[in-house]
Amino acid sequence: MRDTVQQKLLEVRDLRTHFHTFAGTVKAVNGVSFDIAAGEVMGLVGESGGGKSVVGFSILGLIDSPGKIEGGEILLNGEDLVKAGEARLREIRGRDISMVFQDPMTSLNPLHTVGRQMDEVLRLHSDLDTEARHAACVEMLESVGISRAAERLKAYPHQFSGGMRQRVVIAIALLARPRLIIADEPTTALDVTIQSQILKLMRRQIAEKGASMILVTHDLAVVSEMADHITVLYCGNVVERGRTRELIEAPAHPYTRGLIDSIPDLSNRHERLKQIPGTVPDIRNLPRGCNFRDRCPRAQAICAEIEPDLMPQRGSLSAACHFPLSPGDTA
Amino acid sequence: MTDAPAPMLDVRNLEMHFSLGGSVLDRLRFGKKGPRIDKPVVRAVNGVNFTIERGEIMALVGESGCGKSTVAKTIARIYKPTGGELRVDGEDVAEHDFAQMLPVRAKMQMIFQDPYASLNPRQKVRDIVAEPLLQQTKTTAERREVPKKIEALLAKVGLNAEHAGRYPHQFSGGQRQRIGIARALSVTPGLIVADEPVSALDVSIQAQILNLMKDLRDEFGLAYLFISHDLSVVHHIADKIGVMYLGFMVENAPRDVLFSRPRHPYTRALLSAAPSIKENRDKEEIELTGEVPSALSLPSGCCFRTRCPFAWDRCAAERPALRDVGDGQTVACHLIDEPERDVS
Amino acid sequence: MTALFQSEFFYNYRRSSSAMIGSALMAFFALAVLLGPFIVAQDPYDIAALNLMDSYKPPVWLEGGDPQFWLGTDGQGRDVWASILYGARISLFIGLVAMVASCFIGTLLGLIAGFYGGLVDSVIMRIADIQLSFPSILIALFLMSAVGTGIDKVLIALTAVGWVVYARTVRGSTLSEIEKEYVQAAKVAGLPNHKIIRKHVLPNVLTPLIVIATIQVGTFVLIEASLSFLGVGVPITQPSLGLLIKNGFDVLFSGLWWTSVFPGVAIMMLVFGINLFGDFLRDELNPRLK
Repeated sequence: MRDTVQQKLLEVRDLRTHFHTFAGTVKAVNGVSFDIAAGEVMGLVGESGGGKSVVGFSILGLIDSPGKIEGGEILLNGEDLVKAGEARLREIRGRDISMVFQDPMTSLNPLHTVGRQMDEVLRLHSDLDTEARHAACVEMLESVGISRAAERLKAYPHQFSGGMRQRVVIAIALLARPRLIIADEPTTALDVTIQSQILKLMRRQIAEKGASMILVTHDLAVVSEMADHITVLYCGNVVERGRTRELIEAPAHPYTRGLIDSIPDLSNRHERLKQIPGTVPDIRNLPRGCNFRDRCPRAQAICAEIEPDLMPQRGSLSAACHFPLSPGDTA
Repeated sequence: MTDAPAPMLDVRNLEMHFSLGGSVLDRLRFGKKGPRIDKPVVRAVNGVNFTIERGEIMALVGESGCGKSTVAKTIARIYKPTGGELRVDGEDVAEHDFAQMLPVRAKMQMIFQDPYASLNPRQKVRDIVAEPLLQQTKTTAERREVPKKIEALLAKVGLNAEHAGRYPHQFSGGQRQRIGIARALSVTPGLIVADEPVSALDVSIQAQILNLMKDLRDEFGLAYLFISHDLSVVHHIADKIGVMYLGFMVENAPRDVLFSRPRHPYTRALLSAAPSIKENRDKEEIELTGEVPSALSLPSGCCFRTRCPFAWDRCAAERPALRDVGDGQTVACHLIDEPERDVS
Repeated sequence: MTALFQSEFFYNYRRSSSAMIGSALMAFFALAVLLGPFIVAQDPYDIAALNLMDSYKPPVWLEGGDPQFWLGTDGQGRDVWASILYGARISLFIGLVAMVASCFIGTLLGLIAGFYGGLVDSVIMRIADIQLSFPSILIALFLMSAVGTGIDKVLIALTAVGWVVYARTVRGSTLSEIEKEYVQAAKVAGLPNHKIIRKHVLPNVLTPLIVIATIQVGTFVLIEASLSFLGVGVPITQPSLGLLIKNGFDVLFSGLWWTSVFPGVAIMMLVFGINLFGDFLRDELNPRLK
């Protein structure tokens, strides 16, 4: 199998991140496991509140009180990040793992020039001198498609448009040559033509630099064009995992099927969109058994009793379901 | 009279310009020739024409800054248009004052994009939904009927009576949009202006709301002006589609025609940029370069020429007009006259 | 009531020692103000009840103290403790009334400025700017030279300066509220402007005012104390805590400190309590993102 040949860059095992709030404990991430090999793009898909952003923050150790990583392992080339101290995490952030956030307006400091923010990354994570750093920044800005880079380094974030700002954010994320980039909804706030440019850019950069990426998004269409494999989250659990085309063409989990069916696509000709009935359960009060059972057309008695484990199904797919779909099933 | 009934909405040369910069004191500037008062103008909507028949769903698509939201708000008379005609059910309301608009409000309502900002957090659901209706009721007898109507409306949008006494924060995004729809329906309008009604919702909830809107159209014969940036949503729900860029309508066509034979370069770029879940979809690749110009200083001639891969000198000199190219499709582009320049 | 006790607000309140201390101090003064006349034997403003023989008695724990007057007496035999209770009434009365007046005027002007914009907005805001450059002391001096002193003059001076913070805050909130979609929905529903302001804008701009109003009471108590200390505040017949400090100031350096210091401590505790609770309120009522 492929897995034994490729060295795993990142292995997440049974990650649990809980938030202790006034209204109860929110189990935002409740037993999530996945692997990423070097050079791969993994799509982390789910709806709002499904926990996917929290996974990204947990990997980087950016979870603040009242949240806490309650258990599990995050192995970066064998080193467990959950047990690493803040000092070690600081070395890793920006250098081994970097992050691209959703909102380009707030991820850049409005009071510092772009050049200074880029320079900061290199100062922290490399041994280059001032001139070398400047040259590296210019080169990186040009490679993300910003012309007149040397001049633009002296500009402030508000002097760039949304799409340009996101390019700057990506440039900063790539500067220290990280091995893993966590991109949290990087194009959601952008227009579709800009989104298309940015996605192409990210694909090119990752391929050139041999980095891996976790693409966190709710947009299945974007993920289907970018990712090698996909992990689907629902209410803090992984419900399905597998290679992209297999998962999209014939998913095993009814939730994935439901998500794919409710996307209005340009080649669909249905009069009514198939919708997933009901609403996402309150994450403080998850139902017993399978989280999805109240909305699942295939649910039976056992689904209310026993929570299904993630089991290999067919091909590369694993799903957490007592009655998984076979190819050709329409749920 | 056996004339065909007037269209539900008939918009001619609609213009909406905003002057920026606050009061006179704030706009005072000192230049080389002495003090002057700046008058920056944002030309958000520049001469838009279209009609919507009863029961028809027309979509307006475009990216941020194209003016589609402003068109929606101008038509709903949140703003007063700075030019053009705005006929709702045959009556030109562009210049109407508050009192004249009141009866028109019974024919035209609006639903908004942000389910978290479109409902007053301090009002109960029943008061929110009843508000437009209460403005139209004059007698006590009519007002007594209102609670029953509200209950029926809530049921129609998939909520129940016990929800009426709750506050918005107790509902999810999708439910809040339903409340917004119930509010718009309360006066049984003929036209609903929907400004990105599903953009802020998760995909699975989007499907529910779109289905609901279609069902309501089938039942009540509603017309919709549906604003969206998402082409796949629009493909699902619209009968005809207008494409906007920098306040101009650059193309307008029935749905199937637009998606199978787009003519304007911007429409083609939009279609090629939209990510799709199906592999190997037959996609023309048009990649746009550059940035969208500012609405404070529009380019001369065709507003799209700064990013158009086919632009030539005629495009800078002459603004193209919307021309009929058959099958109900209109396009504003000089390529119609010189198709040999279309090399892609 | 039960909703309050089960709410997140109360949960955080119980966990915040500064909030509880602050509200305890405020409650103490509130009680003092309400029950004061009934728990002290002597009405310090009733000349007949005073006995010059009792003058300048030190606090009870010092030599020469009298258990009847546990904090001592002033030059005319007035019980310091009783004076503090009566004085606190006046101080708080002034603080509260001025706050309510400022809030009312400021909110109204802020709503109008924010909602209608344009020239009205400019004019109101420029008046606000001018107002802020006048210290209330200056206004009180003007009033005194024109129409004499009195509690009403103090109230006018305080309100003239105090309304600005409400107007500015409400104007800012109003500017952001009128962009909200539910205000636009109200327009589309056909509501006239005054109803939109009353039903949709006003209820949603009130929250930050609670914090401002709370802290302003404390601020006004202090300003009034300064005014009285300078002699342009309350008349001698109705001494507030500030005036008490002034009266005792004359003999402070002869070693008869208690007539000045204790009212000073009282003001400090009152304002401190208000500020503590106000800080807690500010953190609690801050709209939290996600």
